[in-house]
Amino acid sequence: MKNSIEARQARAGRLFVAPALTLIAVFFFVPVIGGLVLSVTDFDIYAIGSPDTARFVGLRNYADLLANPVFWKAVWNTFYFVFVGGPLSVLVSLVAALAIHSRLTRLPSIWRTVYFLPVVTTLVAVAVIWRYLYHPRYGLLNYGLGAFGIPPIDWLGDPHWAMPAVILLAVWRTFGLNMLIFLAGLQSIPEELYEAAHLDGANDWGRFVHITLPGLAPVTLFVAITTMLGFFQLFAEPYVMTQGGPLKATTTIVLLMYEQGFRWWRMGMAAAIAFVLFLIMLAGTLIQLRVTRERAR
Amino acid sequence: MKRALALAGWNALLLAGALLTLIPLLWMVSASLMPTGEANTFPPRLLPSVATWEHYQTLFTHLSVLRNFRNSAIVAVSATLLSILINALAGYAFAKLRFGGRDRVFGFLLTALIIPAQVGMLPLFLLLKTMGLVNTLVGAIVPFLASVFGIFLVRQYALGIPDELLDAARVDGAGEWRIFRTVVLPLLAPILVTFATFTFLSAWNDFLWPLIVLSDDAKYTLPVALASLSGEHVQDTELMMAGSVVTVLPVILVFLALQRYYIRGVMMGSVKG
Repeated sequence: MKNSIEARQARAGRLFVAPALTLIAVFFFVPVIGGLVLSVTDFDIYAIGSPDTARFVGLRNYADLLANPVFWKAVWNTFYFVFVGGPLSVLVSLVAALAIHSRLTRLPSIWRTVYFLPVVTTLVAVAVIWRYLYHPRYGLLNYGLGAFGIPPIDWLGDPHWAMPAVILLAVWRTFGLNMLIFLAGLQSIPEELYEAAHLDGANDWGRFVHITLPGLAPVTLFVAITTMLGFFQLFAEPYVMTQGGPLKATTTIVLLMYEQGFRWWRMGMAAAIAFVLFLIMLAGTLIQLRVTRERAR
Repeated sequence: MKRALALAGWNALLLAGALLTLIPLLWMVSASLMPTGEANTFPPRLLPSVATWEHYQTLFTHLSVLRNFRNSAIVAVSATLLSILINALAGYAFAKLRFGGRDRVFGFLLTALIIPAQVGMLPLFLLLKTMGLVNTLVGAIVPFLASVFGIFLVRQYALGIPDELLDAARVDGAGEWRIFRTVVLPLLAPILVTFATFTFLSAWNDFLWPLIVLSDDAKYTLPVALASLSGEHVQDTELMMAGSVVTVLPVILVFLALQRYYIRGVMMGSVKG
């Protein structure tokens, strides 16, 4: 009797996971392996009609990439976005979370909702909106800056300003998510710690440095890694606002992959770009985990 | 007195931050109602001189945005409904049903979380092409059906279901499918609403994949249609803002209605994960 219940349970278990596992295998793991295979072929527009014409070319796509200055430009732009925009977004999130968590704050749940709202908006739509906010003459941003005596900036037309403009939009759209995670972290720090520090005569800054920051360490690692991984995949903002320009100043790795793969149908090359992106993201994650572990020691 | 001042000043600061956050969205709504040309004036206008619906009319008549709206709704709603069923079954089984290799398979699934979707996108496109699913809405839905994140979310929640409850139903002679339907599903309801909200928003907002898999205006989802329109109608600021309102408003409303569940999902994914 007992055995038959266990056997039935095991059968049901396998049946219940079967649809999800099949879908994930067919539509995720097989394509990922396929991507690796594709990246060592010269699969192009002719091969889409008759796949037999694609040939094995070894690491030639990777060699071509490393010799291509546009690829290095895209890597540089993506790193600029990740390592300037990412920390900026996390910093704004932390400030917003601390502000909402403060004892002086009335109606924290309303502020929380408002600050979070940009996170759920459609990226393409907000990129369209911000393109007009950035208009050198009619845009609200230059108008606002003008009130402080700052001369108009050609945000999306000047190669030096295009990436900062993309970063500003990304910070606006993403900070609410990490703010929420920091808020959860702040709420999990026991109140007694603060009271004890108060009795020991610690001032506000001392309590922030010795209780709040260490208390936030675990969520900070999570936030740092997920933000970095998300920022590495920058695509829609430059696609909509600048088409990668001006002078390729906002061409990112994913944008380059999209253009190679789906505009020029050089799918072998595009697969190599995607795989390089994966390796970069993996390395970034491992480094962050390593650094955190070393620091904990 | 000093405390009251500090309180007022502090909350005024929060209000200023909130206004700054909302300005792009408020301006979008305002500009979408301006008569043609009024959004391109100096100094910039904050409010329309007279409110007009003409840009919304243009969108839905000349530009047939209604069918793009319908495409987005079909993709987001079917992706949500199907993925709830598929991932609830799997998440529950990984948490509560004992079968050989269960934990190893689950551990392996989690590795998928660090692989960016772009790595598989090109072969997925070729695969769907051989299946005849390129330029169909089914093709746009496929990547959302099974989600490692969804399975993870449901599993964490389902771990809290007491085994005694399930065993009691088993002793009563209920089959596993019936237990899932009548005992487990109601208990999972809160986390399923959370996951449904996530899936709906990400399917509605998704851009890169529908841009790749859909090639025909009539099949475009709203974000793809909006990106394509914004190329042709760069000068028509007011029209583009109306298009942005139509695209963004549904997700904002869904979020505001279900934010309690959505926010819990974010917290679960981070603090416990």
